[in-house]
Amino acid sequence: MLEDNNNDYIPMWLLAELTYACPLQCPYCSNPLSLPAGRKEELTKEDWIRVMKEARKLGAVQIGFSGGEPLVRKDCVDLIGTANDLGFYCNLITSALPLTEKKIEECKEAGIKHIQISFQGSDKETNAKFGGTDSFEHKLAMTKAVIDKEIPLGLNFVLHRQNIHQVTDFLMMAENLGAEFVELANTQYYAWALHNRDKLLPSQQQLIEAENATNRFRDQHKGNMNAIFVAPDYYERRPKKCSAGWGTTFITVTPEGDVLPCQSAKIIDGIEFPNVKDNSLGEIWQRSDLFNRFRGTSWMTEPCRSCPEKEQDLGGCRCQAFMLTGDAYATDPICDKSPQHDIIEKAIASAQVDDEEAQPLYFRNTKNSKKLSAMEEGS
Amino acid sequence: MIDFDTKKFHINPNYRLQFEEAQKCHVLLYPEGLVKLSDTAVEILSRCKQAVHKKTLIEDLQKDYPEAETLAADVSDFLEHAASESWLVVVED
Repeated sequence: MLEDNNNDYIPMWLLAELTYACPLQCPYCSNPLSLPAGRKEELTKEDWIRVMKEARKLGAVQIGFSGGEPLVRKDCVDLIGTANDLGFYCNLITSALPLTEKKIEECKEAGIKHIQISFQGSDKETNAKFGGTDSFEHKLAMTKAVIDKEIPLGLNFVLHRQNIHQVTDFLMMAENLGAEFVELANTQYYAWALHNRDKLLPSQQQLIEAENATNRFRDQHKGNMNAIFVAPDYYERRPKKCSAGWGTTFITVTPEGDVLPCQSAKIIDGIEFPNVKDNSLGEIWQRSDLFNRFRGTSWMTEPCRSCPEKEQDLGGCRCQAFMLTGDAYATDPICDKSPQHDIIEKAIASAQVDDEEAQPLYFRNTKNSKKLSAMEEGS
Repeated sequence: MIDFDTKKFHINPNYRLQFEEAQKCHVLLYPEGLVKLSDTAVEILSRCKQAVHKKTLIEDLQKDYPEAETLAADVSDFLEHAASESWLVVVED
């Protein structure tokens, strides 16, 4: 199973998912469906420090403090400080709800270099509707505070069928606030989003309009703001690579210490998931079955194996292949060469039926977690 | 863009320039990304940690590399590129 060149891969990016706890309830959350009963199983501060040291030794340079909401952890700022001292470039990915001016100042002193704040809508009502809390004004205030303290700020606007028409409003808002980076990130259909797909997947027409609106904005406002539009892959003919290539660039550590090549990999059946409590990050990165299983192209089945484009997309996303076809070795069904591409066509068709009677959005909370976890086990 | 004829500049204070053992090269880190630097880029950028004028920078480099004939033009090109990528920022007087 081992390939010769494992040492050539450097996990440039460590995604530190400090906790799955979060004050929001977004129905497109990429966190697992099961909510932890408590937080006792989370890694300790000492565990995280060891993980960060081992990641630096492997060559990791970027760290993203994420979750859930990373600031729910009381030691988040201390961990930022340690990461900065170790030579990491520190990014904080936050809902902004736990932020205060004082907390931002503490983050800056600790060495944070970039803060990304998410918005669920371009106005108070939409933002409250999809985040599950009335937080719009606080998010605006914290966005301004981050900019005032001269910390590079990125805004992340998660798009789906019910807010994608707000793209221009959101770009205007971001520009007025003085943001440097804006990510218009279409929901990707994993975890919670997959279960809400019929209610969230935009139509192709909506997508085209949103992308055109983004381009028009770029043409009309030639400022310093850098706006990226990330489309959902359902309308593509070729799949996206897994995280720049499975086990090549990214390493994710979950709140309990599982080490994954991407945020979703734990959904794949039949693999043992290594944990930092049992092994060093180096051993896991170089030698674990999980990280080696889908590295490169030798694991592929047809039609990927003989496809001339196999090096470009590496067969697409293993999690998506598993979720939608039940086989993690299958071609990502996004690819129109996949014999199971009809799964995607059916999903698009099913999402276009506007049925008010259909199941409402599942927001991420304990009740829905139990319901969806039971459904998934039953299927 | 930076007016290199009149303004002093230095490395963007929100970026990090450092040597990486695993990569065996210098990298410049910025929000969610990085660029691996050539030896020439490192030679120039490491002299921009403090505020500096283009004229002084070129004179200093020329002292250390007297045989480099196109040095002034090469450095100018590099500075333009570095400014367009926000690696360098202007220091207001």
